[in-house]
Amino acid sequence: MGEQIFNQVVMPVIYILCIVLPLVITVALYVWWERKVLGWMHVRMGPNKIGPFGLLQAFADVTKLLIKEVILPTSANKALYYMAPLIALVPALAAWAVIPFNDKMVLANVNAGLLYLLAMTSLGVYGIILAGWASNSRYALLGAMRSAAQVISYELAMGLCLVCVLVLAGSLNLTDIVHAQAGSKGIFDWFMWPLLPVFIIYFISGVAETNRAPFDVAEGESEIVAGFHVEYSGSAFALFFLAEYANMILISFLAPILFMGGWLSPLPASWGLLGQASILWLFVKVFVFAFMFLWFRASFPRYRYDQIMRLGWKVFIPITIVWVLVAGCMKFFGWVTVGTGG
Amino acid sequence: MIDTNMFQLVCFYAFAAVTVVAALGVITLRNSVHAVLSLVLTFFSTACIWLLAEAEFLAIALIVVYVGAVMVLFLFVVMMLDIKQEQVREGFIKYLPVGIIVALIMLGEMLALIGVRAMHQAVMGADPAAAAGMSNTAWLGTALYTQFLLPFEVAALILTVGVVAAVVLTLRQRTGVRHQQASQQVRVNARDRVRVVKMAAEVPAAPQPAPGKETTP
Repeated sequence: MGEQIFNQVVMPVIYILCIVLPLVITVALYVWWERKVLGWMHVRMGPNKIGPFGLLQAFADVTKLLIKEVILPTSANKALYYMAPLIALVPALAAWAVIPFNDKMVLANVNAGLLYLLAMTSLGVYGIILAGWASNSRYALLGAMRSAAQVISYELAMGLCLVCVLVLAGSLNLTDIVHAQAGSKGIFDWFMWPLLPVFIIYFISGVAETNRAPFDVAEGESEIVAGFHVEYSGSAFALFFLAEYANMILISFLAPILFMGGWLSPLPASWGLLGQASILWLFVKVFVFAFMFLWFRASFPRYRYDQIMRLGWKVFIPITIVWVLVAGCMKFFGWVTVGTGG
Repeated sequence: MIDTNMFQLVCFYAFAAVTVVAALGVITLRNSVHAVLSLVLTFFSTACIWLLAEAEFLAIALIVVYVGAVMVLFLFVVMMLDIKQEQVREGFIKYLPVGIIVALIMLGEMLALIGVRAMHQAVMGADPAAAAGMSNTAWLGTALYTQFLLPFEVAALILTVGVVAAVVLTLRQRTGVRHQQASQQVRVNARDRVRVVKMAAEVPAAPQPAPGKETTP
């Protein structure tokens, strides 16, 4: 009986901690890396005072945030004001349950993994809306309004991109989707080639869904100060920050898993050690996408609100709908090889 | 002792209790935003109950469609409305008899339905998905796109008509509105906008020192 409790209760908690703790550390390092990269792209130093290369800057900032007071604005809705950061954070962390890191390393190898991800990413918007409403601030409410419209619009395009992937892979299980991209040709077996437009749209929608530049109208520092979290301070603000960066890293994980063969090697298996599938390959791909988030932020000016809507509804959704048909034809006529059979 | 069946039963009652309490909250809470949020909670715990019944696709579809999209827009509208609570409670007594009659009729209909079902089908059949050796989602997909293809397409068509109708109803033809045409903007050439004119450089006349008295700064 003791063994049963250990297997059913203690082990899952340990596994969860094995995912969440590195994730939180990664978020801190990602913030440092973002500030460094932005600094280099602006021809300045970035943080360089605390620790070697300024590495401890993020940790110093977190410590500072945690010891600051959480201020409650006048006539704010108290319960919802305190609940909103948690509602934003919970789906951002819960989505990691189905992310496979390797053939074996996955917390929950569920059959409907892709659907679960879609459900979790669609819940994140509640935290933003409630924060905007409960703050009793015009800027915050404007940010929440913009965010809700934007997230719902881009969720449609994102969902259709996922439909293309699952048509080709024939499975909703993320591990099976990666296996469907295996083959003797290495990089050319990945879904990014037959689904190239969808792949690009997916990542752009991911950037829009996480409210990052150039789609950061929900925050829009120069227009509405900081949007939905303008009234938040201290640890409540830190939770919003954590949720946003956890979502960015999640999108950076999903793009390689769905389109670039996850942990599979880009080189053919005959190349020896370099041709082997490894979790390191996944991390390399994730790093590229995580870097692209920062690259976009340093390069592009913010989209105007009506242009965001135009891009989502009039460009992305028609293209993805057409590509669902194309993917169906590819599968039906056998133009792409799925799995190691080809 | 962790008994799986026992645990499932406890979970079911917990989720069911949350659902009922949240559903009561929808109609009793004074603050309309709180009421919408408890409706969200109702949907969410209903999805949990469906997950317990191994209807994973329905449960996740409920969260994606209702919680993730419909209720967000609903919440949005309710936040924008500035409803006075006194106004809401004004017609309570007036509408109470009608409300009670509707509730009673619905209760009667539901009881009749349960009675009819109970007479026709004593025991529920085996799970067809498990019988076919497929996951719930895969089985549902296969059934929808083969056995029930026509009703499925008809439902899709009706929804499309609904969307088009909603757009047409709110479409207003206003004159004097200037729209931005993105395709025209992209097609524009630098040559259409700026003309570079060649002309000889003009040599300005050399400045002459002013005669007469000098001014000191």
